[in-house]
Amino acid sequence: MNDINVQIQDKSYLNSADNTTKQVIKNLSLSLKGNEFVCLVGHSGCGKTSLLNILAGLDLDFTGNVTLGITLPKIGYIFQTPRLLPWRTVAENISLATSCQPDSLDFFLESMDLSHEKNHYPAQLSLGMNRRVAIARAFASNPDLLLMDEPFVSLDSPTARKVRRLLIDLWAKRPHKVLFVTHDLREAITLADRLIFLDSKPMTVLKEIAVTIPRAERDNELKIEQFKQQLFIDYPEIHTLL
Amino acid sequence: MRLQHPSLQAALSLCLFILLWQGLASVLNTSTLPPPIVVLDILLDEIKSGQLLHHLSATMGRLAFSFSIAMLLGCAIGISLGLNKSLDHFFDTWLLIFLNIPALVTIILCYVWFGLTETAAILAVVINKLPNVIVTLREGTKALDKDLFAMAKCYRFTKLKTLLHVILPQLHPFIMAATRSGLALIWKIILVVEMLGRSDGMGYQLHLFFQLFDVASILAYTIAFIVVIQAIEWLILKPLDKHAVRWR
Repeated sequence: MNDINVQIQDKSYLNSADNTTKQVIKNLSLSLKGNEFVCLVGHSGCGKTSLLNILAGLDLDFTGNVTLGITLPKIGYIFQTPRLLPWRTVAENISLATSCQPDSLDFFLESMDLSHEKNHYPAQLSLGMNRRVAIARAFASNPDLLLMDEPFVSLDSPTARKVRRLLIDLWAKRPHKVLFVTHDLREAITLADRLIFLDSKPMTVLKEIAVTIPRAERDNELKIEQFKQQLFIDYPEIHTLL
Repeated sequence: MRLQHPSLQAALSLCLFILLWQGLASVLNTSTLPPPIVVLDILLDEIKSGQLLHHLSATMGRLAFSFSIAMLLGCAIGISLGLNKSLDHFFDTWLLIFLNIPALVTIILCYVWFGLTETAAILAVVINKLPNVIVTLREGTKALDKDLFAMAKCYRFTKLKTLLHVILPQLHPFIMAATRSGLALIWKIILVVEMLGRSDGMGYQLHLFFQLFDVASILAYTIAFIVVIQAIEWLILKPLDKHAVRWR
């Protein structure tokens, strides 16, 4: 898959209550090369979700240009809310969206600790479990581009760690582009090849920083912490974001 | 002893109703309110002679046919209007006009324009019922969850898949509401349609009994009617409800 190039001059919303427009994105440009894992870091509410919706082709109402490298790439999107079909079981939710084989369905359910919930309806499960189903659905869709909008927020930390590892394993096994939105800098450093810090109101790119820690050493909490501290020293401007 | 079992309660309440009817009939002692036993006698006679079955099945046939057409057309139009704002604005006035035409006017016009035929009868019922279905389904479609649409679009659901797995399950309560209110409406209209321009069916029979002042027969047919409506509710609608909400 070729590079993804995003140039957004303007994305505004019309507030129909008082007929004012609010600009959320202004002159933003970013690109994803090769099979890069990129984390977007910024305030919540700064327009990251709008950006992901534009990339996913869900929002066409903006000024700018988005090239996705290939025509009709497969996109896996983990929304901020699970967005499961409440009237379909866990297994049906995944197979409807991904047309994946039964074994790989079982594999993804297994790795999300959801084997026993396979034939349950979403309403019978907790929010955290619903989120895991949504994550399994995105992973199982074999995406060319995986969009993740703060996917691990309501997971407890052991589960989040496990899912993070699975994400990296899957990504290593079958390389693809990942755009991961978070406001947790540690998480971003653990996962990404490159960090993009975003300024808000309207959203623009503040800073792009490559993460230089080798993949094999990303489990080392100390290294992550050191890298984080160094970031604050080298780029004091990112302090305001976190 | 406390009355706790619901079916026992229902049976007792029905007995009380029949007793009251019997009491009132005995006190008044008039041919315009025959006692239950006389009505039951006539009901059994009508069943045995096959008369009741003949007219009931004529009515039921019309009901099933016009109901199916109205529901299918109404769902299709209602969903289209709900999804398309400008279409909705344009046809809003039409809907308002059709909603407010009295049922009797539609029936008369249909018979005048298309003759005293079966087609005219069916058409009259469909026209009366259609606007209600459209409005119900239109409101249901407007309330559809946009987030789920976005999900379906992102994961490339085909049109058919979106309809079956995203749209219809959300519209189910609206379809059931249109079905229930529609059946109630059609029951009433279809009798008038038959009374005015058909030579069989419950409406035709009731008209005949009215001219003869035969209250006992009218009541006997009414009982048959109530039984059939309840049977539809219990055997068709209730199971449909249960099936669709199993995920709750």
